[in-house]
Amino acid sequence: MGQEMGQRMSLRTDLRIGEVIEASTTTFVAQSYELHQAPDFGSFVRVSDGAIDVVGIVCYAETCGVDPGRRPIARGKDEADEEDIYRNNPELPELLRTEFTAVVVGFREGSGFFQYLPPRPPRIHGFVFCCAAHEVMEFTRELNFLHALIDANLRVSVDELIAAALRQASATHDLERAFLVSAGKELATLLINDVNRLNGILRRIKP
Amino acid sequence: MMREWEDIPLAQRLGIIVAGSLTEGLEARLDSSASVEDMAVGRYVVVVGQKRKFFGMITDVQLGASSAQITVAPPDVSDPFVAEVIAGTSTFGTLKIMPMLSVGLEDGLPSIQPVKTVPSHFSPVAEATEEDVFDVFGREDGMHFYIGKPLDMETRVCLNLPRLVERSSGVFGKSGTGKTFLTRLLLIGIAQKDAAVNLVFDMHNEYGHAGTWEGGKTVKGLKPLFQSRVAIFTLDPESSRARGAAADAEVEIGYDQVEPQDVAMLQEALDLSSPQVETVYQLGRVFGDNRWLAEFVQIEPGVEMEDLAKRLGLNLGTLQVLRRKIETRLVSLPFLKPEAVDNSVKRILECLDRGTHVVLEFGRQARLDAYILVANILTRRIHERYVVRKEEAQGEKAREPRPLVITIEEAHKFLNPRVADFTIFGTIAREMRKYNVTLLIVDQRPSSIADEIMSQIGTRITCLLDDEKDISAVLSGLPGADKLRNVLAKLDSKQQALILGHAAPMPVVIRTRDYGTQESYKELLNAEGTRLREKAIKDLEELFES
Repeated sequence: MGQEMGQRMSLRTDLRIGEVIEASTTTFVAQSYELHQAPDFGSFVRVSDGAIDVVGIVCYAETCGVDPGRRPIARGKDEADEEDIYRNNPELPELLRTEFTAVVVGFREGSGFFQYLPPRPPRIHGFVFCCAAHEVMEFTRELNFLHALIDANLRVSVDELIAAALRQASATHDLERAFLVSAGKELATLLINDVNRLNGILRRIKP
Repeated sequence: MMREWEDIPLAQRLGIIVAGSLTEGLEARLDSSASVEDMAVGRYVVVVGQKRKFFGMITDVQLGASSAQITVAPPDVSDPFVAEVIAGTSTFGTLKIMPMLSVGLEDGLPSIQPVKTVPSHFSPVAEATEEDVFDVFGREDGMHFYIGKPLDMETRVCLNLPRLVERSSGVFGKSGTGKTFLTRLLLIGIAQKDAAVNLVFDMHNEYGHAGTWEGGKTVKGLKPLFQSRVAIFTLDPESSRARGAAADAEVEIGYDQVEPQDVAMLQEALDLSSPQVETVYQLGRVFGDNRWLAEFVQIEPGVEMEDLAKRLGLNLGTLQVLRRKIETRLVSLPFLKPEAVDNSVKRILECLDRGTHVVLEFGRQARLDAYILVANILTRRIHERYVVRKEEAQGEKAREPRPLVITIEEAHKFLNPRVADFTIFGTIAREMRKYNVTLLIVDQRPSSIADEIMSQIGTRITCLLDDEKDISAVLSGLPGADKLRNVLAKLDSKQQALILGHAAPMPVVIRTRDYGTQESYKELLNAEGTRLREKAIKDLEELFES
């Protein structure tokens, strides 16, 4: 079991990382199985409901106490290092949890990706997986998802999210720079009247 | 199987049509992969519509920006990534395209028509390919003469020479832009394709034996290329001999051939006043149009002149001044003889009848007055003969005289508004091909040519012009021509020309073909050989058919 776990850890992108605890058509919130192991900001995740895989981009993550009424307290004053806190308080992982939010940008049905909202939201307790590199590459062959993202109302800066997502996606493409240029061009047409925003994103994604 | 328009390969695509109208031209937005700096006005493009293909010419290149903001706060283009992203998106190039022809497919074959509509929105625009150019201008054959290559292309643009000689045509351009070079090529083309027979009034001895090109380099004229099919006439046999270029005949003009209207044309050159010109006409009425000069120069200045003045009710002073001017400037011309031994007009006509091209060299007589006089006198007579013979033929094609193209330089001297109404050249330009005689006029001041004449010029081949008036004159009377203004003003000063009108299905800017190298002669002679072979085969076929 431990060995298997180790293998799957090395294939982190294909890892089942959590499960859905709150879902809507446009976003879903998942709890990460491992404390502090939320997928990267801007990375692509998917949730299957058996028929379709909803694809989302991680746009927010937080770690907090299981009981919303109780804040964690500082415990490490006398510990030598941070790891010791957890070692000496083995109940901590059960009292804390890491959650992440993904904004829905499309879905996969059969072998095709579609860059528009799925017919239904993911189910609660649906398993959340990190998308594999080839899936990210396939999904980002088209850049229509930027249209949905650019006007999304999120808790974080949309521009930060777009930049992070494009940086992540570009790494999966052979022609990394060409991908970023075409994404940049897509953004240039979207932000036709907001040059400052465009410049901000371009600065963040420049290879 | 119908041929269909193939999709444009991405490499050739320049952009898409975003706006336009038939009257104002089309507007295309450049793809980001196409650089504005690679565009050039005059370049030839194809717009692939849904049902038809449109051919057009770039008439303007503009820079555009998607919002005003970007021009106020430009992005950091020193970063190549940012520069690449915004090129073609936030900032882009725009082409103004003048659509000129549309090509539809009928039974799989291209059918060319003038444009009557515009391509639909977002039709792709591409550089024209060799095939496109051939579809429009035709391939070099018995009728099409290769004149040059379009800008930025290695394709051959051909002129339809039978169409060229059907109406009068003009070669324009300011001095030193290659008018003579182009004219020589056209003459060679006309001779090679047998489209017409040439009569060239060769003021500066450029077309007969040898001509000059770019700083004294010598190139072959018509004679070395076509040998016995070209006859050289000269007004100055000594000059011909000195150049080692023997003439086939000498031209002499008798006093009896100088008519009052010839002198009227020389009003400017001889510095004659209007009363003096009027006097010449009066002399013509008294002595006869053919006798007046011989009689007038024989009259003694004293009593006889007074008598004449009284008889005609003329001012003696006018008569005396006229006499002096005619004596010093006209009669002194060496080729002007009291009695011409040889009938030059007849000999020239004989040559033309045989299909022999005639080049009349002026030698050292390249004075404007001599040129105007001789061209006018000879042309008038030749034209008279053509009118008679054309009418005698009564529509029988075989008996009609061969189409004749008369080449004149400094054409505005013959065709300016003051004289165009009564010179023979004005008549020829106006009556067009009715009598199988047309003009090839070479001029650097097209604005000085009468509008009425200019509107009759079927094909206009124009090198660089920079005077606004000249540009307007050349473009007058052509639909959509104002769009070409830019093109015309931006031509290179050497070896580039804009061809528009009757002989070219659409205006096109060319780089003139090479002429003057051994290869170029060889190519022309090969084409000549092919023509002769084809003609021989055709003759044989006709022989057996009958």
